[in-house]
Amino acid sequence: MNINRLKRLDECQWEIPIFDDMHVPAIIYADRALIEEMDEKVYDQIANVASLPGIVKAAIAMPDAHWGYGFPIGGVAAFDPDQDGIISVGGVGYDISCGVRTMITGLTRQEIAPKIKTLVDKLFETVPSGVGSEGKIRLSPAKLDDVLIGGARWAIELGYGVPEDLDYIEEHGCITGADPSCVSETAKKRQYRQVGTLGSGNHYLEIQYIEEIFHQPSADAMGLKKNDVVVAIHCGSRALGHQIGTDYIQILGQASRKYNIPIKERELVCAPIRSSEGEAYYKAMACGVNCALANRQVIGHLVRQVFNDIFSGPEVKILYDVSHNTCKIENHYVDGEIKRLYVHRKGATRAFGPGRTELPEKFRGIGQPVFIGGTMGTHSYILVGQEKGEALVWGSACHGAGRAMSRNAALKRWKGKDVIQRLADKGIIVRTASYRGAAEEAPDAYKDVSAVVDAIDRAGLARKVARVKPMACIKG
Amino acid sequence: MERTSLFETFEHGADIGIRGIGPTLEQAFENGAKALFSIIVINFSSIKPVNIYQISCFSFDLEPLFTSWINQLLAEADINRCIFSDFKINHLDLDNFRLSALAFGEFFDTNRFERGVDVKGATFTELKVYKRDGFWIAQCVVDV
Repeated sequence: MNINRLKRLDECQWEIPIFDDMHVPAIIYADRALIEEMDEKVYDQIANVASLPGIVKAAIAMPDAHWGYGFPIGGVAAFDPDQDGIISVGGVGYDISCGVRTMITGLTRQEIAPKIKTLVDKLFETVPSGVGSEGKIRLSPAKLDDVLIGGARWAIELGYGVPEDLDYIEEHGCITGADPSCVSETAKKRQYRQVGTLGSGNHYLEIQYIEEIFHQPSADAMGLKKNDVVVAIHCGSRALGHQIGTDYIQILGQASRKYNIPIKERELVCAPIRSSEGEAYYKAMACGVNCALANRQVIGHLVRQVFNDIFSGPEVKILYDVSHNTCKIENHYVDGEIKRLYVHRKGATRAFGPGRTELPEKFRGIGQPVFIGGTMGTHSYILVGQEKGEALVWGSACHGAGRAMSRNAALKRWKGKDVIQRLADKGIIVRTASYRGAAEEAPDAYKDVSAVVDAIDRAGLARKVARVKPMACIKG
Repeated sequence: MERTSLFETFEHGADIGIRGIGPTLEQAFENGAKALFSIIVINFSSIKPVNIYQISCFSFDLEPLFTSWINQLLAEADINRCIFSDFKINHLDLDNFRLSALAFGEFFDTNRFERGVDVKGATFTELKVYKRDGFWIAQCVVDV
């Protein structure tokens, strides 16, 4: 991105001042190097977001931002229903509530090491992954509605987990407002066999160990120590979420015209929050969120069972479960007053600061845990939300490294088998359903996750707590 | 225009573009669908067209009709647990932007097919349907 088009506010905060029909400025959080690496499309897209009706304060891009559909990936924006604010499919994405659950195993790197291959093979066999994979759960149409209403609670009632798990999932495992009657039959039919499957693309199940602690009090509150092993599960709402996005792009496309909302990019189609179309999309999207929470709950339970089978150690527990692609109704201060806003986070994580009542008591003193996924060959990070982040970015943070190279370019440069072998040489075991996927997801195809996380930390949006390193990865 | 293949993929920063090319609009759409399934199954040419599935879709304009076509195929493939290799558009209504077609394929045996990546949906990014040098071209980026 051409840095000369931006106004520098501080070391990690850059503004696109209001021009044309932008209602608010756009702010990009990144250091100079990340900005220069960012594609120009982020500039255009985040400026377009700033032009949408009812947007509050600013359109925001995170340090991992890149060209998305409507919103950039790494885009955050809040809309006020009292100011004709809108809700947009492009502000959520096709994989609704795609996110990361991190689980604490209670085991150390040294304890895991002798059985790591057995563990990975068993996980690969137990957790369905890759295109075309199916879960063991078979659902009737009525039962699928239960998933869409109940989320992780539904899974726990079915025996996939324990009630305490719900305390450590955003929205306590189940977002309110879900209405399955707003979800098409096609979307439901696509999901019958996919509950509890990992998917493909950038989704993964990773065994990681804590390599370094940056903030001891937060690590203590989370129960994290150096060399402890955690498991990260990255997946979303699978075909149901994809179909909701597909269906509502059409519906909101018509709504944009009906309500005379000027749209600068087709995937920014939207409807007023207070309209029948806007309300229907929210209810359908909430179903997608619950579907994703149920998926991660089922997968998390399968992981727990595999660990129980192989180790006689302590029970695997959820550290926290965060979502990336959502629109959530949240209370935030605007000009000293609490407002109820619709916060879109597209490829961005909620990162509430300390004190928020939405957080489990255990984390109210430190802020919400945030997981920033790296690649299967590089680090990931655990952070906590900060008060400053709430004031600046509605309590949000980035979600990953962001791609630095196209999938086609990665395929031309690497072979999947070679990528896996190189990682094996470094002591990282990879199991995958697709060699193509492994090539496309090669670590060097991504930006430097450490630089992205440092920018978030320096901007004060979230605090670095720990750096984790992969020991083994299952790629979809 | 010289063409070595009638379907291909193209560059996108994070995802993948699919493109179908053909002497008729129908064939461009059919070949665009082949580009889609060549991402999902690496050994695409080994898919046998043994089962026939009826597909129909509509949209509000020609270009979005291409994304509707691709999305409808993704949905049908998921629901029927199959993958497609051949397509025949029987009726393309350019007044009302509707199409009906047949898709030919087979059960998605994950042991027999080399799996590529899951496609979440066809997007409006780089969505174009146009004619150049006597060939129709239909393309868009798919979210993977």
